[in-house]
Amino acid sequence: MTEVWITIAALCAGTVAIKATGPVALGGRKPSERTFAVISLFAPALLAALVVYETLSDGNDGLAVDARVIGVAAATTALLLRAPIAVVVLGAAAATALARALGA
Amino acid sequence: MTAPASSEEHSRMRDGISAGLPFVLPTLALGVSFGVLAEPVMGEVAPIVMSVVVFAGAAQFAALSVLTAAGGAGAAILAGLLLNARFLPMGFAVAPSLRGRPLKRAAEGQAIVDASWAIAHRPDGTFDRGVLLGATIPQACGWISGTAIGVFAGSVLADPEEFGIDAIFPAFYLALLFEEGRSRRGLAVALIGGAITLSLMSSVPAGLAVIAASLAALIGLRRS
Repeated sequence: MTEVWITIAALCAGTVAIKATGPVALGGRKPSERTFAVISLFAPALLAALVVYETLSDGNDGLAVDARVIGVAAATTALLLRAPIAVVVLGAAAATALARALGA
Repeated sequence: MTAPASSEEHSRMRDGISAGLPFVLPTLALGVSFGVLAEPVMGEVAPIVMSVVVFAGAAQFAALSVLTAAGGAGAAILAGLLLNARFLPMGFAVAPSLRGRPLKRAAEGQAIVDASWAIAHRPDGTFDRGVLLGATIPQACGWISGTAIGVFAGSVLADPEEFGIDAIFPAFYLALLFEEGRSRRGLAVALIGGAITLSLMSSVPAGLAVIAASLAALIGLRRS
C-alpha cells in the first residue's frame, strides 16, 4: 500500500512541476517572433498526436486497431460535410458503437 | 483563480464551462472505468485521492497498469510522468497568454488538460485564459465523481465502450484540428506530427510518442 501512496505523491508533484514550467519560464512577456511561430504550431502538432494516440492506443504503450477507427472515419466524413461539432462527436460514438455491436 | 476576476473574465470562464460540458459524460465514463480497475489494486480511498491531486487520466491509467502488474512504484511514476510530459510543450504554448506573477501563472498552468487546452486555443496561436480555467471545471467534476462511482458502484454499471464513448475524444481533437488545417503550414505540421506519433507508438512509451510530435512545430523557424 505504501507503494500506491508514493506513486500518487510523486505523480502529483511531478505533474504540477511539468504544468508550471512553461507558464513560469515564458509568461507575462511577449516571445520573439520566431519563438511564437514555433509555439503556435505546437497546437496542430499535438492535436494530431492526440488524434493518433486516442484512436490507436491499446492503453498500454502499444497499437490497437479496433472500432474507434470506424468512429474517427465517420467524424472525418462529417467534418468534410461541414457538420457541427456535436454531430461530429456523437456520430463518431454512434459509428463506433454500431461497429462493436456488429462484432468489430 | 486567486486574484479577483473582472466581469469580463467571469464571462470568459462561463464560456469555458459551457464549452467543456459536452465532455462531462465521456470523462465521467473514463473516470468510472479507472475507479473500477483501480479499486482491487489501490483500495477505495487512494484512487479518489489520486484523481483529485494528479487529475490526469492517461497518466493514472498508465501508473495503475504498472502497479497492477506489480512493477513497482518507480516504474509506475515513470510511466505516468512520461505521459504527462506532453503538458510541457502545451504549457509553453499557453504561457504567453497568461498574466501576473510567476506563482499565479504556475497555478493557472495547472488548469491545462488535453480538452481544456484544446478548447482554449485560438486560431491565431494565442490562448483564452478564462476559457482555459473554465473548461477545466466540468472535466474535474466528471473525472473525480466518475472515479468515486467506479470505486463504489462500478461492478453494476454497463461497459461505456459499448456506446462508443471512447471514440469521442479522438473525434473532438480531429474537429479542432480541422480548424488548424485551414492554413497550409498548419496542415503540414499536423501531418508530420501525426506521422511521428504513429511511427513511434509501438516502440517507445506512449507519452514520448505524443511529445515527439511537437518537433513538427520547428517548421515555424522557416520563413513563410
